[in-house]
Amino acid sequence: MSSAAPTLPVSLAANPRLSSWVKFSSDGRVTVSPGKVEIGQGIVTALAQIAADELDVEFGRVQMVRATTAASPNEGVTSGSLSIQQSGRAVRAACAEIRSIFLAAAADRLGVDATALAIEDGTISGPGNVRTSYWELADDVSLDREATPRARAKPIARRALAGHSVERLDIPDKVFGVRRFIHDIALPGLLHGRVMRPENSRAKLVGLKDDAARAVPGFVATVRNGSFAGVVCETESAANATLAALRKGAIWSDGEALPDENDLAAFLKAQPVESTVIDVRTAQNPSSKARTLRRQYARPYIAHASIAPSCAMAQWSGSDRVHVWTHSQGVYLLRNDLALVLKLPLENITVEHLEGAGCYGHNPADDVALDAVLLAKAAGGRPVRVQWSRADELTHGPFGAAMAIEIEADLDAKGEIVEWRHSIWSNGHAARPGRGTKPTLLAGYEIESPFPIAISGNPPQANGGGGDRNSVPLYDFPAWKIESHRLLTMPVRTSALRTLGAQSNVFAIECFLDEIAAGLGEDPVTFRLRHLKDERARDVIRAVARRTNWKPAPRPGTGYGIGYSRYKNSGAYCAAIAEIEGDEEIRVKKLTLAVDVGEAINPDGVINQIEGGAIQATSWVLKERVRFDRARITSNSWTEYPILRFSEVPQVEVEVIQRSEIDPVGAGEAAHGPVTAAIANAVFDCLGVRVRRLPITRDSLIAAMEQSS
Amino acid sequence: MPSIRFHLNGAPTEIDADPDGSLLDLLRGRLGLTGPHFGCGSGECGACRVLVGDHAVTSCDTPLWSIAGKEVTTLEGLGSEAQPHPLQRAFIAEQAMQCGYCVSGILMSAAALLRQNPKPTESEVRTALDRNLCRCGSQNRMVRAILRAADEAAT
Repeated sequence: MSSAAPTLPVSLAANPRLSSWVKFSSDGRVTVSPGKVEIGQGIVTALAQIAADELDVEFGRVQMVRATTAASPNEGVTSGSLSIQQSGRAVRAACAEIRSIFLAAAADRLGVDATALAIEDGTISGPGNVRTSYWELADDVSLDREATPRARAKPIARRALAGHSVERLDIPDKVFGVRRFIHDIALPGLLHGRVMRPENSRAKLVGLKDDAARAVPGFVATVRNGSFAGVVCETESAANATLAALRKGAIWSDGEALPDENDLAAFLKAQPVESTVIDVRTAQNPSSKARTLRRQYARPYIAHASIAPSCAMAQWSGSDRVHVWTHSQGVYLLRNDLALVLKLPLENITVEHLEGAGCYGHNPADDVALDAVLLAKAAGGRPVRVQWSRADELTHGPFGAAMAIEIEADLDAKGEIVEWRHSIWSNGHAARPGRGTKPTLLAGYEIESPFPIAISGNPPQANGGGGDRNSVPLYDFPAWKIESHRLLTMPVRTSALRTLGAQSNVFAIECFLDEIAAGLGEDPVTFRLRHLKDERARDVIRAVARRTNWKPAPRPGTGYGIGYSRYKNSGAYCAAIAEIEGDEEIRVKKLTLAVDVGEAINPDGVINQIEGGAIQATSWVLKERVRFDRARITSNSWTEYPILRFSEVPQVEVEVIQRSEIDPVGAGEAAHGPVTAAIANAVFDCLGVRVRRLPITRDSLIAAMEQSS
Repeated sequence: MPSIRFHLNGAPTEIDADPDGSLLDLLRGRLGLTGPHFGCGSGECGACRVLVGDHAVTSCDTPLWSIAGKEVTTLEGLGSEAQPHPLQRAFIAEQAMQCGYCVSGILMSAAALLRQNPKPTESEVRTALDRNLCRCGSQNRMVRAILRAADEAAT
């Protein structure tokens, strides 16, 4: 046991009032209110499992409450694969304490010692057949008290649900078409809004005639505030028709120039930057270097490309109170930015979560919420629903940042690494709302007195870093220097997309290692194991090697590659082996992964997240690239921004290494880096060519072949 | 406005509407059926698929005139919690989704496939779903669920 004083989990320390997490009702139910939100990852089910376990109630009695600023604990943002870590630990600790509070109250009432009592499905019983329950005691036991660090959660062996694959709570609604998505919720008197956004990047609205728009049946209002303009109508089809009419009356400025999409690395390296040394390791006994290898890796901007366009609803009461329904990842953070734009006190704004489609980071969910708030001002107190178009969703939301990474390795005479240097050029990976003194919502940049466009920053290394995420090697190289150069200009809007910089850094590190191992004539698995001390790391690598009978005998047209990382250097361990077929194009046939998240609360949920991450990463690697000319983003449809299709999806096999004794971490972002590297390494195995620029397409293969010949 | 007659989830339906209007707008708007989802508006993603007869079509770009006299089935008409379609049971059993926004259209494409080909191979399932997009990466689970539903229907 550690001798340090026990402390509260971080989310519980920030929201210590127990009643804000759990409530019992006299009809035999318990409601649990996490501050994290469902974004398709199954978190709400995993949290319900933890609560049912700690409280000793049947799973079916637990009702999960959606996050709202009106009542929920403030857990910041649902991101960074932290929900199980933060919310899970808080729910477990809060429920453990609540259980002990009820046991003490039951002991008082029943006149027996608390240690003689047992709880089964909420019924508390003791010797002599005495019994009561949470529901009977609910009115007498106040949970309006602060959590203390004293409560002890159950030992692992006594957890009935955690560690088991419970069916997700939200899935039945989704297969039976029960209204659950924000897109499907009908509020009484609901109006429909659309916002008109420019084609050219950051063009200003210099003239607007709305006569034609006003003539469309179902028209309610047009709204214009600087370059922000939109319509409000009785129906969605009227809103679409009115927007089309409004567009014809709009005159835009030329906008701002975009970089050359065909040479993003050169663009990134030519911009003014803020440079940070991320980490330095100095060799105790430096060996002499015989030669230096230098390689450059790059990825393009990547779109979130959620299947649902972003949507929000807003309703004003009078001129100074507004209620917002959103699929934002952070209701409190969104409220902060809305307050800044509206110049209203926080308490005048209520932000409530409703489920949207899969969310992979800071997408336009927050932007559309401000759109709805601004349009609803013209709706005379009726609620207004705003939904973005597919084109706006693919062109006006924040993108995952393009990156260029240069790695140099000094090798000794035998080819062993003696020093490693890794430099990153990228826009920042975080411009989420609610964290600064200026809002980062799109319409905030468009209104008449606009806020300055926030140049994206990077979270500090202590929080996993941004562009530099996973740039510090996990291997035992004797010396290294890691540097990050964050751009101070931002012609293309960037913010958090799944893994931030980790996908690119792992791609670069793991591909370069493959090349160095090949130079030594060493098997890439053996090479990695030789440079890793951490047994959990070694275990995931050995597991995938075993599962694939590494290394399968070579066959013409087929290749195998491996990639490994520990997400954020502190989260889930993941190794991947890719089997590909390659000729003029690459087909990924099979991905085999092993993952260690510590205690897997819902193992099938972990597998689902890893499978999904692996398939999404395959899509990024083989297909995805935001396209633009010098004036505008051109990848504005699924034809222009293709993603992986059913017939192109590889088989995915996942092994979960269950470690019940270790606190759980998230799985949602663990696979992207290893899968990216594994595919690229398999391409080399198959075709003998190193592709260092994503995506790996017919064009980039040809370019890489020309470069290497 | 002209009147359009069709069957909707088994019930005779008559509606006055612009024949060039989109089926999805009608379903989600006036008829309040939110099973079919809007994803792109141009027939590219498949989130809005419904059955017209035995075929899964993208309702966002299906004009109303084209459904006159036809049988239209939406997710709401496929089955219910009380009487689930084998596909719905199988999607729950396989936990075949992450966010589930695309699932409505995928269930309809799968239902059309099973009507035309009750015992499809895995490759036939993938081909049949190739015009439905899923961004969360749940494709393999969905394929397993569809094969499971086909098996179940056959026994």
